[in-house]
Parts: sequence; structure tokens; C-alpha cells
Amino acid sequence: MADVKLSGVHKYYGNVHAVRGVDLTIADGEFAVLVGPSGCGKSTLLRTIAGLEDPDGGTITIAGAVVNDLRPRERNIAMVFQNYALYPYLTVSENIAFGLRARKTPEIEIRKRVSEAAEMLGIGNFLQRYPRQLSGGQRQRVAIGRAIVRKADLFLFDEPLSNLDAQLRDEMRTEIKRLHHEITTTMIYVTHDQVEAMTLADRIVLLRDGNIEQQGAPLELFEQPRTGFVAGFLGSPSINLIPATFRTNGPGAAVVFQTGGELTLPSAKARPLANMDGRDILVGIRPQHFSRAGGPLREGVVPYSATADLIQPTGTRTFTTIRIGGTDAVAELQAHDVSSHGERIDLAIDLNRVVLIDPASGLVIA
Amino acid sequence: MRVGKLPARKARILAVRYLGAGVVTLLFLFPVYWLFMISFKTPDEIYHVPPLWIPGQIQFSNYYVLFRDGDVLAILNSLIVSGVSSGIAIVLGTLCAYSLARFGTGGENLAMWIISQRMIPPIAVVFPIFLIYVYLGLVDGYFGLILLYTAFNLPYVIRMMRGYIVDVPLELEESALVDGLNRWEVIWKVVFPMVRPGLMATSVFTFVFAWNDFLFALVLTRTEVITFPVMLTHYFGGQSNFWAKIAAMSVLGTLPIFVAVSVMQRYLVRGISLGAVKG
Repeated sequence: MADVKLSGVHKYYGNVHAVRGVDLTIADGEFAVLVGPSGCGKSTLLRTIAGLEDPDGGTITIAGAVVNDLRPRERNIAMVFQNYALYPYLTVSENIAFGLRARKTPEIEIRKRVSEAAEMLGIGNFLQRYPRQLSGGQRQRVAIGRAIVRKADLFLFDEPLSNLDAQLRDEMRTEIKRLHHEITTTMIYVTHDQVEAMTLADRIVLLRDGNIEQQGAPLELFEQPRTGFVAGFLGSPSINLIPATFRTNGPGAAVVFQTGGELTLPSAKARPLANMDGRDILVGIRPQHFSRAGGPLREGVVPYSATADLIQPTGTRTFTTIRIGGTDAVAELQAHDVSSHGERIDLAIDLNRVVLIDPASGLVIA
Repeated sequence: MRVGKLPARKARILAVRYLGAGVVTLLFLFPVYWLFMISFKTPDEIYHVPPLWIPGQIQFSNYYVLFRDGDVLAILNSLIVSGVSSGIAIVLGTLCAYSLARFGTGGENLAMWIISQRMIPPIAVVFPIFLIYVYLGLVDGYFGLILLYTAFNLPYVIRMMRGYIVDVPLELEESALVDGLNRWEVIWKVVFPMVRPGLMATSVFTFVFAWNDFLFALVLTRTEVITFPVMLTHYFGGQSNFWAKIAAMSVLGTLPIFVAVSVMQRYLVRGISLGAVKG
């Protein structure tokens, strides 16, 4: 068990500044997910923590000790790779025991730990098989097994589910979450998949261009994004960003769309913009904050009438494309809320949770 | 009707193919067969007209002479020189290849420059090397030949092994580094098992290169360390050729290669095809 602390970590690849002075503290036993688009530096950061890359600046501390000059094997970490990294010439059992044998663990202890791990991961029947005889999901279980038996201070996962098909990915995600509950080791998990990040993390660290854009609990990032990038990255389908102008109107305020029409903002959202009359803003409305209008509207919920364009039923919910402020926006409705293309629908938009972004700086204003 | 006919037609085509393959095989194997037969013949049978396909009686006197006169020491010399030089070339070459493949040693061009050393015509360098060897006192000894064959085989080994090592997924090595191995252990326990077919194929070829070399051995040996190809030339005389000795010696000289290739066959096919795919 160990906490991890990065301070001012930099990494260059030639002229590319991949990690730009990252400061990050991960508490003992925490499940931190590094997430971000391709090339944001998340894998580089993980590999730097593992010691597979040397940082070009800053310090990395694991369990209170600076590890910059320690080799990977001296850091007492375990790592799971995207391509499983199983040795094809060793059986499952030998693969799992590989790290223990490398550390000269007594054979009795090795056998005990391998069978414990195999039982925990449900791969007890495959121990004598070779990796090529296993499915993708089974291989990744073996890779995780190899990490578990090490009883390392810190677990690192580098996009471990990216090679699996969707259904298997859901299953393995659950397994990894359960695993963390059972062994409570500090885990750092890299993914580009925001669903994985949201579901697994105690804390999400969202990276962009080698910097931490925002970090915090999954729902905190989702509901209180600090920038338009964070708002846009988390959530599926993505948040709708609609260009508009902010107008104060006596005690109230509204966003006026360039194509006409306006939405009255609730006072809590309008207050921070009191002296910004006439400013251009991006109005961020999540698809989940649309609903079919019916009955009296709560404070901050406004009616909106639209025409259904594309309709994408998923079974439980139906994604409907509508026009709002001259932009295509996706509304997530109940399965049977809309039935045909071109249908006129009366919607309600919950503006209590709207995100208002300054288009120049990309920062969330309210 | 048609369904019944088709297998018959296929069988005919197959029969013709096998027949063609058989004829070509016989054609290629005939010199080898003739060599073996001569080695068992008496001088009368060797010069018999018309030629005798099979000797009247299998006898080993031609081989006995080689052992009695100590000529077989040439085979031992070849084994020592080829074996040791291949071993050194494989070990050094694989480590160099690892460095090129994983640490990018020498940048983009070093790997190509190394293989370009193989392109030098040996005849162009054999006399300068001879002069240097005379100066250093390396002529007519094991060390000189081993050094030379190692130098000539290294580029080949480096080139081949680099290709095989590049094919090993980097994550396997990184995983081993995290799991507790140092770099040497990674090479031994991860890289080596992964490239084994390629390593075996390369070993056979390096051994064969050294084994078959005639030019350097001819120029750089005198009386002490005569290798098998050079020894063979001693049996071609101005007055007559000792066909019995030539045949027996050739058979003895072919056997180690035959054994090596037979033992490594499984690796050879995989090793060669691995390289071919990578290109």
C-alpha cells in the first residue's frame, strides 16, 4: 500500500513536450483514473511512474520515497498492459508466477498465491493452458492475476480493456472495480474511455496536452466542469454546446440565440454574469437535461418546442436530434417519448444544470 | 456424374505434380548419391566403364585411409573454427542487435552500414588481411581463422537478429522489467525464448558460411590448421586425382551440415519464414 506524489513532472520526446509540469497526489488505496484524448500524456505519465520512462524534470514519490533513480523492478509496482504482455511460451500458471520467480519467492508460497489469484479471477481451470488457447478476456484476467500475486504497493493499468469487445469490456470493468474493493491497493488506471473513467474512479484526473485540466470525483467533474473541454469530454452523448449572447433583463437574465429565440436563466446561474450583458457565451446543455414537457415546470426548467430529426433508440432511452439556436443538439428522452422523424415535440430543459462557457478562454463561467 | 469425376481429375493432376517433383528431386540428389557411391567403391570400380551404379561390395577402405593418414583432422579443424566463430558471432551479434533494436544505437543508419560490410567481395580483402596476419603472426592458427569468420559473420547475425528482436512485443520486456528482472535477465528469459527459431536458423547459416569458406582458409592456412575444403584440394594432383579420397572426404565434410540442418529443421523453416514476413 502506498500513496503516490508527482511534483513538477516533465517529459519530452525530442521536441514534443508530452508532460508539462504535472503535480498530482494520489492517496493510499485510492483508485485514480488518468483519462484524456490521444496524445494527452496519460500513458507517458503512467510509464514515468512505472520507471519505464525517465522524467525530464520533477520528482516522483511512491510510499514516501523518491523513486526517480530507481529501476522499475525496485519500485514494487505491478503493471497490466493493453496487449496483456503474456509470455506465449509459458503456461498460464507460469505466467502468473513469473514475477514471483523473478523475485525468488519460495515455491510453496508461489503455488499458494497463484491458486488464490486464479480462484479470485475464475481462471483456475486454465492454469495449464498456454495464452494462445485463451480468449481475450481470459488473457486479460491472467495478466491481472500476474499483477495481483505480486502483492505490490501500487497497481498500474495501461488501457487494459481496449482490446476487448464491448460486452467483455463491461464485464472486466466490473471485475476490476470488485478487485479494488477486495485488495484495496492504490491503483492508477489509464484509459481514453470516459465511461471506464466515470465508473471505476475514486478520482478522475483529466489530462489535456500534457497538463491536468481538472481532477476530482467523477460526479464532481461531470456536474461542475471547470472548462468547456472537461464538459465536452465527460458524458455520452457529449454535452450540446450552443453559441448565444448573454442578456440581462432587469433582475433576470437570458441567453439569446443568434438565430432567434431565448432561454431564461435561473437566478443562480445568472448571478455570476451580472455585469456581462452582451457577451458571447457557449450554452452547454447535457442531453439528459432535456425531457418531454408535462405538468407544471419547476424553477429553472423552461419549455422548448422542437422538431425531431434523427431518432436513435437504444432500448432504454432514445436519442433525438433537434435544432436549437441554429445548432444540432441531442436530447436524451424516454424510450417512447418520440416515435417518428419530423414529429413536433414539446420539451422541458433543466437550466439549473446548464453550463455557461466563455468561448474565448474555454473556462466555465457558471 | 460431374461430382464423381472431379476427384479423379484432381487425383490425376496431383499424380502429375508428384511425378514432376520426384523427377526434379532425383535430378538434384543424383550428384550426392554418386558422391556417396564413389566413397564406397574400389579404384577399379570408380574407373569402370560403363559406370557402376552400385559398388559390388560396400567397403570403407577409402575412409580408413583418411583416418590412418590423419586427414580427418581437417574435419576437426573445421568443426573447431566454424563452431567457435559461430558461437562468438551469435552471442556478440545478438547483443549488438538488441542494442540496435531497443536502444536505437547508431540511429537510423548504423544497421544498414553494418550489413553493407557483408557486401565486400572477399577476394578484394583477402590479401590485405593476409599481409596483416603475417605481420601479427596469426597465419596458420585457429585464432586467426576464428577471428576472421567471426568478423565476417557478425553483420549477418546482427542484421537477422535485429529483425527478430524488433518483432518481440516491447510490452513483454517492459512487463518483465516491472516484474523484477534486470535487462540481462530480460534478454535471457524473455527475448531469447521469443527469438529462438530465428536464433537457431541464424546459427545454422553462420556455421555453414564458416564451414564452406574456401578462400580465406586457403590463403591463411599452411600446414597446421587445414580446414576441410582446403584439404580436399590436396587430392587434386597434376598427374591424377584421388577420387576415392575426394569422395570420402566430401562425405565426411557434408555430414556435420546434414546433422545440423536435420536437428534444426523445425526452427529453420520457422526462422526463415519469420524473417521473410518482416522483410
